[in-house]
Amino acid sequence: MSVKTSPQSRARPRAATEHPSGDPRFSLIDRTLKRFSFQQDALIEVLHTAQEAFGFLSDDLLIYVAHQLKLPLSWVYGVATFYHFFTLTPQGQHNCIVCMGTACYVKRAAEIVAALQQEYQITAGETTADGRLSVSTARCLGSCGLAPVLVLDGEVLARETPESALERVRQHLAEHAGGAKPETNGAGVRERNGIESNGGIHEPI
Amino acid sequence: MNRSDLEAMAQRELQRQQAFRCRILCCASTPCLSSGGSAVYDAINEAIKEGSLDAEVQAVSTGCMGPCSRGPMITVQVNGAEEVIYEHVTPEIGRQIVAQHAAADAPNREATPEVESAPSLSKHVLPGDIPFFVKQKKIVLANSGLIDPERLEDYVAHNGYKALAYALREMTPEEVCREIINSGLRGRGGAGYPTGLKWDMVRKARGDKKYVVANGDEGDPGAYMDRTLMESDPHRVLEGMAIAGYAVGAEQGFIYVRGEYPIAAKRLERAIRSAERRGLLGSRVLESNFNFRIDVRIGAGAFVCGEETALMASIMGMRGQPIPRPPYPAQSGLWGKPTLINNVETFGSIAPIIQNGAEWFASIGTAKSKGTKIFALAGKVDTTGLIEVPMGITLREIVYDIGGGIPDGLAFKAAQTGGPSGGCIPAAHLDTPVDYESLRALGSIMGSGGLIIMDEHSCMVDVAKFFMEFCMDESCGKCVPCRVGTVQMHRLLERITDGSATMQDLETLKELCVMVKETSLCGLGQSAPNPVQSTIHYFLEEYEAHIRDHHCAAGVCTLDKRPVTEWVHA
Amino acid sequence: MSVVTLTINDELVSAQEGETLLSVLHERGIDMPTLCHLDGLSERGGCRLCMVELEGSARLQAACVTQVQEGMIVHTHSERLVKYRKMILELLFSERNHVCAVCVMNGNCELQWEAAKIGMDHVRYDYLNPDLSMDASHDRFVLDHNRCILCTRCVRVCDEIEGAHVWDVMGRGVNSRVIIDLNQPWGTSQSCTSCGKCVQVCPTGALSAKGATVAEMEKQHNFLRWILDGREKNVWSYGNGK
Repeated sequence: MSVKTSPQSRARPRAATEHPSGDPRFSLIDRTLKRFSFQQDALIEVLHTAQEAFGFLSDDLLIYVAHQLKLPLSWVYGVATFYHFFTLTPQGQHNCIVCMGTACYVKRAAEIVAALQQEYQITAGETTADGRLSVSTARCLGSCGLAPVLVLDGEVLARETPESALERVRQHLAEHAGGAKPETNGAGVRERNGIESNGGIHEPI
Repeated sequence: MNRSDLEAMAQRELQRQQAFRCRILCCASTPCLSSGGSAVYDAINEAIKEGSLDAEVQAVSTGCMGPCSRGPMITVQVNGAEEVIYEHVTPEIGRQIVAQHAAADAPNREATPEVESAPSLSKHVLPGDIPFFVKQKKIVLANSGLIDPERLEDYVAHNGYKALAYALREMTPEEVCREIINSGLRGRGGAGYPTGLKWDMVRKARGDKKYVVANGDEGDPGAYMDRTLMESDPHRVLEGMAIAGYAVGAEQGFIYVRGEYPIAAKRLERAIRSAERRGLLGSRVLESNFNFRIDVRIGAGAFVCGEETALMASIMGMRGQPIPRPPYPAQSGLWGKPTLINNVETFGSIAPIIQNGAEWFASIGTAKSKGTKIFALAGKVDTTGLIEVPMGITLREIVYDIGGGIPDGLAFKAAQTGGPSGGCIPAAHLDTPVDYESLRALGSIMGSGGLIIMDEHSCMVDVAKFFMEFCMDESCGKCVPCRVGTVQMHRLLERITDGSATMQDLETLKELCVMVKETSLCGLGQSAPNPVQSTIHYFLEEYEAHIRDHHCAAGVCTLDKRPVTEWVHA
Repeated sequence: MSVVTLTINDELVSAQEGETLLSVLHERGIDMPTLCHLDGLSERGGCRLCMVELEGSARLQAACVTQVQEGMIVHTHSERLVKYRKMILELLFSERNHVCAVCVMNGNCELQWEAAKIGMDHVRYDYLNPDLSMDASHDRFVLDHNRCILCTRCVRVCDEIEGAHVWDVMGRGVNSRVIIDLNQPWGTSQSCTSCGKCVQVCPTGALSAKGATVAEMEKQHNFLRWILDGREKNVWSYGNGK
């Protein structure tokens, strides 16, 4: 017996192939959802994938994830804001992470942060008004032998002084003045201004 | 795969390796990669190809070799000769190494005994008999820097999965637990709870399902032992977990990897898949009736998730907030089932214990702390890096022999162990043996293994403030003493470092430390005051100098403010 | 269910196995300060006011999450415990802007009661004076973050009793806030049923009914017991009372 489908239900997309927004990046999220068979405890893994695909977690994304996992909105929001990896605001074109682990601290990484903050008039964790640069600090990148360490668009700069670090950042921004973001390695589709706070390091399998 | 297949695989791999006249091992763990290790590896491979030496020379990307500040590191193994270790290798030096060791004394050419031929190269040789290597004892890290972490065969060739095979065939779960109890192994995550007792507790706990969790959420700033182990020898951790699964009766394991460690997570995933393909994990492990699956879970940046109940909340997709114990995870953990949770370094010690016996392991170390401990040596020492030392070694040996002393002729001031949960040990206690009890007696803890050395340019009040800021940021906010207490303690420390504190503030600070320590819900809050208390204990005069004389001997603090009381009475 | 005997403040007490220490203390009429605990909701163990000393245990334990055990020897009001409780209350008062004189709950506030009972007359720590907002977008209720002590009773009642899970906590540490849905104005929430349970369980003036002015708000908890008893007796299940 054939079932007559109404126009609405036919227009409804199949989740895995297309999405109402027409954005192919949602299929990456759907893949992770499927891998964990829509179990609610996969929330953090799904948010990782979402952030990787979109660069940050917009409200729409959180709603999508909440509905797919059948979780309350406030639950998803609470988890997304609890962990430092997830960011709910768009990030700058370039990003600079300064390690503030103990070894870097002992070798005066705080002065590097202060220099960057003064130069670009932002505090750590913020993006410049023109959206060019995000500066953030990290709790130990685990490269303690190279302290102090900073990561500029995925490139590790070791044993820097405040002056040399500032010079490297200035140079880097000048080199990419055209607005084109340098290609970071890693899988997944990336948004125009999407450099993840985790440096794009969590790769979906 | 069964036991004889395993043996055959090991033989095949050994033969394959011996077929090469020269093997060039290139470190590919994070510190060396971030100082340019991958370019070196590519250059060496190119040089091998250019010289058509593919059949005789092999370049292998391995795990960590130890002295990370000297990276990128390379070890050259030539048949019938001693290993040569190179430090600070650049792509150019890499090509020279190939020329020196492979091309130069190829059998079809005249053997040239001119080791000193390339003076630029000899500058990069790191003698293998320096104290950095000699004073170490590698058990957990035995394979690290020797094998390719991405190849199961290489691990099997180095006796990998033999312990699992032995345990499955020759031992009952009870015997495995007994063996671990007898070995005296204690949790390497910091608290030092006897591992065997924990295993036995989970084994005896009733539950239709049980879980094994490896805690790889290494949050201490300045510590990277767990990452290195997971990056350099992932199968070692998996094997330990599988043995634990067999011992406690679990069929599912999780490895919780810190989000900042992408390479470790990737290598673990790969290792799990290759082990499952060969029947070393998954259903019917090594053709026995034992099933064991392992999944990797990636953290998302929360120090508190190193606490076991918070970690389990995070695995279950919730906010990583701890819950009060008891019930302990051994009775009611993941999804309410009995759960065994150990640090990855603890799991890394399991296979050697099963293979060599509990007595062998118990013969290393001190009366109450057995075996070895990995430390991430960092800060103001000449050679920083990853070291594995027998328990009971003195701090002096670590700092001056292994670490090579303090650079620039400065004086040693303090050693910080245990990260934000630990304390500072002053020069007067340099001869203390490193074990759980001695460190606790000094007001510090063993911790997961961060060891930061400070010289006279470090201000101890500022150090305490640094750690308090860390705890303040990382407090989950569930219990009041930790949520607000850390903020208030940080404020008081800030006042001391900017000069606006009074002696009364110091008393308030001391009182708060005791209260937060005794009333906080989880380990984070209970240990957050440790850095403050230990620096007050050993460096009280520095606190007093800040408050009374507005003087910071290390020249770190600004001290540009004055207490309000001074304004009032002026 | 078996009976266990324990000693509380040098007095022999019998209790039922599986009971929490806090409920035994309440049954015996021993005054024990609590803020996050509420009869009928799951235990959180977060406010740390009900800490007690157990002989033979180095650590203090929160009575609300400790089960009674045979032979337990408990001290509830030692000098040290009272001092800690006072300090915890001071910390709570310093955390946000608790200005009783202009609070709707003045006189009926549990935080204020506890502070008065224990004799906390001043705060030795810096007031953190955070810049916090109020949310009056809901038709009937007001949320004032300035008075919130993060006891999460609202979160628990909404999840466990109402089943809506409108509330949760965002952020961490001292920056934690209770939130509605995606941290949006209460009035725009689609999941909120406007049942008002969260308002009734809130111990302070963080949640109040619109229209109440200073010291006018009073709260009722008895509905919780009524709902839970009803559930236990299957009052609302199908086929009941046919």
